[in-house]
Amino acid sequence: MFPFSFQTARSEQEAIAGAAAGGRFVAGGTTLIDLMREEVERPQKLIDINRLPLRDIRLEGDTLVIGALARMSEVAGHPDAARAQPLIVEALLEGASPQIRNMASIGGNLLQRVRCPYFRSLDARCNKRVPGSGCAAIDGINATHAILGTSDQCVATHPSDLAVALVALGAMVRTRGPRGERQFPVEDLYRLPGETPHLEHTVHPGELITAVEVPSGAYAKRARYVKVRDRASYEFALVSVAAALDVDDGVIRSARVAAGGVGTKPWRMRGSEAALAGQRPDRTAWQKAAERAIEGVKPLSGNRYKVELLRRTVIRALEMVGEAT
Amino acid sequence: MTTSKVELIVNGHPQRLELDPRTSLLDALREHLGLTGTKKGCNQGACGACTVLVDGRRINSCLTLAVMHDGAKVTTIEGLAAGDTLHPVQAAFIENDAFQCGYCTPGQILSGVACIAERHAGSPDEIRNWMSGNICRCGAYPGIVAAIAAAAKES
Repeated sequence: MFPFSFQTARSEQEAIAGAAAGGRFVAGGTTLIDLMREEVERPQKLIDINRLPLRDIRLEGDTLVIGALARMSEVAGHPDAARAQPLIVEALLEGASPQIRNMASIGGNLLQRVRCPYFRSLDARCNKRVPGSGCAAIDGINATHAILGTSDQCVATHPSDLAVALVALGAMVRTRGPRGERQFPVEDLYRLPGETPHLEHTVHPGELITAVEVPSGAYAKRARYVKVRDRASYEFALVSVAAALDVDDGVIRSARVAAGGVGTKPWRMRGSEAALAGQRPDRTAWQKAAERAIEGVKPLSGNRYKVELLRRTVIRALEMVGEAT
Repeated sequence: MTTSKVELIVNGHPQRLELDPRTSLLDALREHLGLTGTKKGCNQGACGACTVLVDGRRINSCLTLAVMHDGAKVTTIEGLAAGDTLHPVQAAFIENDAFQCGYCTPGQILSGVACIAERHAGSPDEIRNWMSGNICRCGAYPGIVAAIAAAAKES
């Protein structure tokens, strides 16, 4: 690990000023410390933000407000979260291990870095780690990589389960930075790799995620997260789908569908949502939605299986949600 | 190199340390406090051998810096027994033959203690799920699950 200086932030202003001057925030540290030990990350200064009062979980009206420093396990075990947004709880409990869920913060979960093995291996080409060096995954071992949102520069998937659920639910990120406060959809936190895969997020230097807000909706309680992976637990998704339906009088009024493990960012499936709206909640509708989900996929040499797996996982998730009607 | 001061309350004893900020909580315990019961397996959060309790919660001590835990209460395997009386989970591990080489065992036991305290030890399936952050390469899982189930029943 490269040397760094360490500062414990006593206020948000202190944290933001330190990060604006080049420091890196550390909360749970489960991604950052690991990557620092691998020398993939080499911050010169760490700013520990764990003492900041950003850990509250509460309902503001119908909106679930999650402090950015709340731990995954705290949100998963919170009665308001379970009551208002069971999809969030399900996605959280499908991710990581109990130990890591006790450590990892919600803000850090959203900003976690990719799990592409070439990104983590200093002797491999990786445009994300060393811009312009090439991508070893495109012609390499790429069974776990993305089929949507890729470029000829990067094909790594975003690893968060939580982000998939938040994108499906239209959740918002609240930030505070040198230029004041902002609020924007979680979906807009992520950039596509394009020609600049080293730029992953839209947060500005020094900007601190303070909270995530999950609005209520008629679909919130009829929602499931289905995660397909190589092991039954403690493994990243090969394909995952968050699905939510608002069904009234035997007709789907609106739907939310998002997928993980397939995109270079958490992938909202707007075509599937459009295909479901106005339909009866049955097998025909699920199949139409699944066909739309795989539009535009670009499989690599080792991950063609993900196309059919995505199609089937969309159907399975919608069946599970539909069964509850 | 600048060092940072940190106080940890380890198994009930306050410990003042002056550390390179790069020092993981795991290395602080093993290399600076001589508490080698906590094991270093993968050193990247995948195996759970380094599991300790911090303020009562199980975490991977390899994935965190000691300086991030100033004032925290840390429980390691050395702090579980009361004198010569083993903690019920320790006793259950012996009773149920829950280890072979023993390297993962301290982490398994701390994780098991937390698993029971969290009330996630209601069935073998639930135990397997909530113990999935602890790998045993000898494959002693049947004994581990049985030990935690037995200790959970007693608690």
